[in-house]
Amino acid sequence: MPQPHRPPALSVFVSLVLIAVVIGAAAAAFGYTAGWLSPRRLTPDKMVAALTPPSGEPLGHRRNHAKGICFTGIFAANGAGSALSRAQVFTRGEYPVLGRFNLATADANAPDATVRVRGLGLRISTPDGQEWRTAMIDPPFFAVSTPQIFYELLRASASKDPDAIKTLAGAHPEIAAFGAWAKSAPWTGSYAEERFNSLNSFIFVDSSGAERAVRWSLLPVAQPVPVSPDDLAKRGPDFLEQEITQRVGSGPQHWTMAVTVANSGDPTADPSKAWPEDRRTVEVGTLTVQQIEAERDGPCRDINFDPTVLPTGIRTSDDPFPAARSSAYARSYDLRTAEAKDYPRTTTGAKP
Amino acid sequence: MNGGHSLGRRRFTVPQRVLHWLMALCILAMLFIGVGMVSTVMPKYLTLVSIHKPLGIAILVLALVRLAVRLGYGAPSLPVDLPEPMKLAAHLSHYAFYVLMIGMPLIGWGMLSAAAYPVVLFGGVRLPAILPQSDSLHALLWDAHFYLAFAFFALILLHVAAALFHAFVRRDGVFEAMASVSIHDEVAPAE
Repeated sequence: MPQPHRPPALSVFVSLVLIAVVIGAAAAAFGYTAGWLSPRRLTPDKMVAALTPPSGEPLGHRRNHAKGICFTGIFAANGAGSALSRAQVFTRGEYPVLGRFNLATADANAPDATVRVRGLGLRISTPDGQEWRTAMIDPPFFAVSTPQIFYELLRASASKDPDAIKTLAGAHPEIAAFGAWAKSAPWTGSYAEERFNSLNSFIFVDSSGAERAVRWSLLPVAQPVPVSPDDLAKRGPDFLEQEITQRVGSGPQHWTMAVTVANSGDPTADPSKAWPEDRRTVEVGTLTVQQIEAERDGPCRDINFDPTVLPTGIRTSDDPFPAARSSAYARSYDLRTAEAKDYPRTTTGAKP
Repeated sequence: MNGGHSLGRRRFTVPQRVLHWLMALCILAMLFIGVGMVSTVMPKYLTLVSIHKPLGIAILVLALVRLAVRLGYGAPSLPVDLPEPMKLAAHLSHYAFYVLMIGMPLIGWGMLSAAAYPVVLFGGVRLPAILPQSDSLHALLWDAHFYLAFAFFALILLHVAAALFHAFVRRDGVFEAMASVSIHDEVAPAE
């Protein structure tokens, strides 16, 4: 039986100090893990804050790709993808799709003709209860090779130092390569004429367990018609949304999904490096966009097109971007769902 | 927690002690993983998230088992000479622990449901949504999950401080009631 007895005063003092040390150490370890002691750690909060445009945070909207419009449709798999991945989405059949055409800008009110990069978010649902979410853009390669450099590019773009970007591009030649693409690539007048690319690489796992590094693209069936940015500017600030609404209204729009398989040694961890043109490419199905809905009341509004939401048979690769995007998208989602009052719905009552 | 009577038992039963220490490990890991994962954009973010979800569900299951065991076996009585405010604090902290152990996983699960994220555990097992998609619910539950996590860790620090106070300063057997490794579930003599 422990006997209650009063220990000497020093022992009490030493005990209390010991307790304080234990508690203090635990709290410090927690604070370290939380990043409070590591001001240089790249957190999703910092990444999202760095996206803030001069016009201010796009309250209620995504923190990047803030301007967009919802669509629904069908992904029709032709079965060819089953040779690469055991995900049900590649089994011959039709699967419902929810998506979002968007512009790579943090300004939800940016005029369409001012935004160079266009994107497409996609969620394909399969009967086994799994989902494949992806968010793709139209450049053939990414502007930077790591999330850290992306952050530095955001900081440089917002910097008052006019040479900030030049300095950064000096150290990272891929930035200049992207700049050259941005300057020379033709613009189109429609989301339906864009080719969208995953850029990030992922791993497909087939039914035998064999793994292959892949990237995927959506190739438009519509013929791209080049239009100069000056002519696009004359079409009004929201011409892309108006055009795609009208276009899909008069008939569904199609894209072919093509999966490109890396050769061993191809740069899978660096989306700023395109793979050679001759890589094995498998057409796995067709995306059909059947209906357009405004984002404000649309079904894509509160969907996070997190590129790491993947079905069994697809997983992330050594490409560091999907993880960084997932963490930053989650932060953006947490912010914007808490700001719904700043982006009020027009309809009342239950959502679809 | 007042459920059940200890009838002179000086220690928690072996299943209670096993559950306590197992869950202590799980919950501490959970809180560190949680606070760590939201602070990084590195690839470990995905690894941490993929542990956070199934571990949370494991804690929920263990907490429900533990609650049943607690209601069945009760707890050893506190020392009679323990001041009333400390007794009250001890009882309230136990309620708070059970509320958090059961509530936090449910809030996390509900938060993911309200955001229409799939809740996937190891092996591709997918849990159903427990709430409809809703931005306002998501925002509310996200805040709750975030702030309660810090409250939970603070409560654990308080709990550890109190346990060590019992062990080193009061030396009244309260610490040994849970920390003992003895499997003899003896009853105090002269009952």
